[in-house]
Amino acid sequence: MSLALEPDEGKYLSSKIKMEQVTDEVLAPMGRFPSLPWHIAFGMAQATALLLLGPVAYQMFNGLGIFGITNPVGWGVYIVTFVFWVGIGHAGTLISAILFLFRQNWRTSINRSAEAMTIFAVMTAGLFPLIHVGRTWVAYWLVPYPAERALWVNFRSPLLWDVFAVTTYFTVSLLFWYQGLIPDWATARDRAKNKFFRMLYSVLSFGWTGSTRDWNHYERAYRQFAFLATPLVLSVHSIVSFDFAVANLPGWHTTIFPPYFVAGAIFSGFAMVVTLLVIMRVLFKLEHYITMKHLELMNKVILATSLLVGYAYASEFYIAWYSGHEYEQYQFVSRALGFLLGTSGSIFYACTFWGMVICNVVIPHLFWSKKIRTSIPAMFIISIFVNIGMWLERFNIFILSLHNDFLPSSWGYYIPTIFDWMVVVGSFGFFFTLFLVFCRVFPTLAIAEVKATLPAPSHGSRLHGHHDDHHGHAAPAAHSHAAEAH
Amino acid sequence: MARIQVPAILGFYDDGHDLLEVTTKAREAEGFKNLDAYTPYPVHGMEEALGLKASPVGTIARIGLVSGAFLGFMLQSWTSAVDWPINIGGKPFVSWPAWIPITFESAVLLAAFCNLLSMFAFCGLYPRPKTMILSKRITNDRFVLVIPVSGEEEEKRAIAFLQSNGALKVKIVDGIDHEKQQVIFRAAPLEAAG
Repeated sequence: MSLALEPDEGKYLSSKIKMEQVTDEVLAPMGRFPSLPWHIAFGMAQATALLLLGPVAYQMFNGLGIFGITNPVGWGVYIVTFVFWVGIGHAGTLISAILFLFRQNWRTSINRSAEAMTIFAVMTAGLFPLIHVGRTWVAYWLVPYPAERALWVNFRSPLLWDVFAVTTYFTVSLLFWYQGLIPDWATARDRAKNKFFRMLYSVLSFGWTGSTRDWNHYERAYRQFAFLATPLVLSVHSIVSFDFAVANLPGWHTTIFPPYFVAGAIFSGFAMVVTLLVIMRVLFKLEHYITMKHLELMNKVILATSLLVGYAYASEFYIAWYSGHEYEQYQFVSRALGFLLGTSGSIFYACTFWGMVICNVVIPHLFWSKKIRTSIPAMFIISIFVNIGMWLERFNIFILSLHNDFLPSSWGYYIPTIFDWMVVVGSFGFFFTLFLVFCRVFPTLAIAEVKATLPAPSHGSRLHGHHDDHHGHAAPAAHSHAAEAH
Repeated sequence: MARIQVPAILGFYDDGHDLLEVTTKAREAEGFKNLDAYTPYPVHGMEEALGLKASPVGTIARIGLVSGAFLGFMLQSWTSAVDWPINIGGKPFVSWPAWIPITFESAVLLAAFCNLLSMFAFCGLYPRPKTMILSKRITNDRFVLVIPVSGEEEEKRAIAFLQSNGALKVKIVDGIDHEKQQVIFRAAPLEAAG
């Protein structure tokens, strides 16, 4: 990063950044041919996404039998990966809504890309239930509509709550995101060099002009969205956790699930934001907007949520012991030590348990050190470990609980097939394809919001000399001349 | 944007604080009416400076919230207890605790639509191929105070006011070309004194 644009003392951005510079730098990638690194990344993402398409097409003709799911494990890595991606989405809403309500202004540098991540993550997540229902072409039966069968869906089922929670979450996130984009589309429109783009951005900006009479409604609506999205984001993963907690299965039937899932979701979501932004800020030269201070704060959130998640793991074991419920106790002992005691499970399942503990509880503790917290390679690697760990966590909860329930006669064993793995890996390709397109064709930072949070302007006020700004400056007249010359 | 009253005098600034101060002065000390300020981002306190009323968007969103909750709850009750009652595990037909999650989700969903669509309606926003703007720099780095004037005397007073209050540039809008979706500036624009 250029030293001149280090953030000011006690601020998140540099006061040397000018408003027109924000406009130019954020919109620059939208107006030029993509760079070679972007092409390479995009090509890899698309190739990976093909791994998703192949098995899904194959499954349409041959049925769900091509995947490893069987009795008693009817929910394989699909549901694992569904919950994983829904969880990833939570960081975006947390950043855009909850941090907004808490007046954390540093969010402005990261909220646009984090919200985009939310939308793409929920889209990716949505694929899995659709594939998993088997007959994907009739997936709309999940929605209550007056059909010729005259039969309605069962509103008492948590699986149906899920349909509503995830679609509502996706829709509200999309609307909220789009509202934030409107002033930025207007900026792109007024800067567009050819007629086509001017027209395109004019359509996208809905005719935004920047009048305070409009900002008045805009700000009210924005605040309202934050109020709506805050309980919504907490509800989504709570409702996802009901899919499990409401079932009467050892390892699932616990009251801690809703907060435990939400904490895990924020944990994994922030890790994904760090993974993405570390790359994006370099690729698109946004280092002075997404500064080390931003990354460090996100790492602190990762550390805090890691502690919450670790606490939840410990409390699950404690409650299993304290409840005196032998099936629950058996479930947890065999998760951790089954391969040693010969009770059940295997080395593979034990690896998922201990991998989860190491990735989610042990490794994030490295973030106590400021040196590691502010090291780009370290945070990149740790964030990937966290993502792996969170995927393993869901594998543990869902599959290890399902594979041995009450009666040993009904126990079974589940190993994902090659097709399962292809779909899981391919979902990352799908997600990254969308995200890379976003980086190219959308304003990747909330331009208007970043401008509003720039530290006191580097020129003095024309009216009274200087503002609350404590830095020395060139004479106001000279500065305004320079600005006009642009 | 079609709301702009013509003729009007525009004063260009490059700082939100400056504009806020000038706006307050123009309205309170000078008595100009129906002012508007065009800014690249929402300037804190500008609504008060312009004397705007609180936006009704929040109220409409709340109406959406309550209606969404009602509709969501009624959908579940009606389908499960009236249209085709099915006994599921001996639960009551209207087993309301099970309906809380969907009631909540439908409340939030309808509130979100009411929120955004009412914002669009109040701002007069809709997708259009051409947008009438005052200056390309408003969405970039300029803050513009718009003083609608009637009569030559008020026009002169507004120009003098802006020039003596540090405007970088003063322009006069004479009318609107509705066909081309453009504002018509007076041919010889005045230069700012400062």
